[in-house]
Amino acid sequence: MTAHSDDLVFVRAEPARALPPPLTRTGVPGWLRANLFSTPLNTLLTVVTIAFIVALAYPTIRFLFVDAVWSGTDGAACLPHGGREVGACWPFVYERLGYFTFGSYPLAQRWRVDLFFVLLAFGAVWLLRLDAPRRDLGAAYFFVVLPIVSYILLCGAPAIGLPAVDTALWGGMLVTIVVATVGIVVSLPLGILLALGRRSRMPAVRFFSVVFIEFVRGVPLITVLFMASVMLPLFVPPEWSPDKLLRALVGMCLFAAAYQAEVVRAGLEAIPQGQYEAARALGMRYWRMQRLVVLPQALRVTIPNILNSFIALFKDTSLVFFVGIFDFLKTVEIARVDPKWAAPTVSATGYAFAAAVYFVFCYSMARYADGLERRLGRADRR
Amino acid sequence: MADIEKVEGHVADEDAVTVSGVYKWFGAFNVLIDVNLRVRRGERVVICGPSGSGKSTLIRCINALEDYQRGEIVVNGMELTQNLKRIDEVRREVGMVFQQFNLFPHLTVLENCTLAPIHVRRMPKREAEELARKYLARVRIPEQADKYPGQLSGGQQQRVAIARALCMHPRIMMFDEPTSALDPEMVKEVLDTMVELARDGMTMIVVTHEMGFARQIADRMVFMDAGQIVEINTPEAFFNNPQHERTKLFLKQILN
Repeated sequence: MTAHSDDLVFVRAEPARALPPPLTRTGVPGWLRANLFSTPLNTLLTVVTIAFIVALAYPTIRFLFVDAVWSGTDGAACLPHGGREVGACWPFVYERLGYFTFGSYPLAQRWRVDLFFVLLAFGAVWLLRLDAPRRDLGAAYFFVVLPIVSYILLCGAPAIGLPAVDTALWGGMLVTIVVATVGIVVSLPLGILLALGRRSRMPAVRFFSVVFIEFVRGVPLITVLFMASVMLPLFVPPEWSPDKLLRALVGMCLFAAAYQAEVVRAGLEAIPQGQYEAARALGMRYWRMQRLVVLPQALRVTIPNILNSFIALFKDTSLVFFVGIFDFLKTVEIARVDPKWAAPTVSATGYAFAAAVYFVFCYSMARYADGLERRLGRADRR
Repeated sequence: MADIEKVEGHVADEDAVTVSGVYKWFGAFNVLIDVNLRVRRGERVVICGPSGSGKSTLIRCINALEDYQRGEIVVNGMELTQNLKRIDEVRREVGMVFQQFNLFPHLTVLENCTLAPIHVRRMPKREAEELARKYLARVRIPEQADKYPGQLSGGQQQRVAIARALCMHPRIMMFDEPTSALDPEMVKEVLDTMVELARDGMTMIVVTHEMGFARQIADRMVFMDAGQIVEINTPEAFFNNPQHERTKLFLKQILN
């Protein structure tokens, strides 16, 4: 039955059948046509992009794998031979891996750092997996047990047979992970308090929060680190003088907290006034309302931004070397100029390795943020 | 809802809410001017009036969502002061339903209803859930308990909001234009729920433009204009023989 456009009255006698899509819309050719070659401009962009990827990937793969040197005991193995430059010098990374991971932490005590990594990874998985059992215990473990155990483990406790290890000996991935973890764990709650303070109705609290946030945000991280490292000792008696790593940690946490506060505040601004009113009408006071109604929603909308600032924080840890702390990047920096490994490609290898390590950490965080956002997004429809 | 009738029964001679000589200013603007109103226990009072007349502000003052600068409000024998503890006590007596529902979008329907009983009333979780299911059944949406507010229609959300308020066992329920944000075909389901609540003897103060509903449930009609109460009357007299010129004009506009 056909309807003509000039029909004034039309009644369908039976339902029309849905047809399968035409062949040009399905399968690989359909997809290619629709996505890559739909218009001349799109075709051109596809070709240019592919050319670009090939041009970039080819030398990278050659350097990292094809021309790479895989074994050797010193820089001589990585010297050009047969008049040709070699690729990446992997034995260098392999030999210095211990230094990259532990810094100058005494060899005999490195098992303590390994144990710390395992305990931390265990806690992180327990806390971050939304379907893990007893996540309340997980949180208690992560925020109470882990810091105490880690402190004893890493700093040492001669009373129970763990020799003290001065933080000046710490280095490499250990320092990077300690600084990043402490920074992340401390800055979020501190940032939340500052954000609430900035929106407080009490002028003194608001004033303090605004001044702190704006001051810290107005200076570069390096300045904060220098100030923490140079000025902090001026405020406390010399015999209490906090050690160098602790000073850097304090600076890092304060800096990250100020940024976190602004991220959280953006989330708080997004909560409609009605939510506050409903909570108050149900008899909730300030803290209960924040904890049960406001923050769960505010943090949920800001998770991508919070995770984003964690990623930034993780990379910013490399700045602690300015105050004399040997983080991961600094150990690579020191190792690459070691005369034993004097060869043209050693520096590039070290940097490539460092980049890969940072990438693995940061990309994992980004993937986790994505997954979390998607899971929590289900409840976001209003 | 026998328990509410019981509660209402033995003190039915007292006033639920007394508002005397209340003034309120927003900046220099006088939003409430010498407002006096008594609501008896078990009474249903409907407040109407043009927008901006101060109706919402008045009922928001009654549970301290807004403060007022002069006069006195007494709820169930307790004078409303700026004392936080007293405000909590008053809010425990008063359930509030908002125009925009204001459900908590991050919690399921059931969790919306149990949140305050568990954390404010310190009720065990199981008991709170039983209570919540009972009230969700009363507002006829027991099957939606595990959904999120965003998955419900406006009418369903507003009924959840009513159930959420009832879970705190309030003695007085206040409604701030509960159907104004709803699509027309959902207004009736919410009004029906409110009619049932009225039939059970709940003390109700309702701000609404639904005049048919007002005629059906109101014991008294209150008409406000420009921050003042202009007329208080029985529904028959109010609709058939309004006294004040302003009331006549308003009814003429709204009923046509």
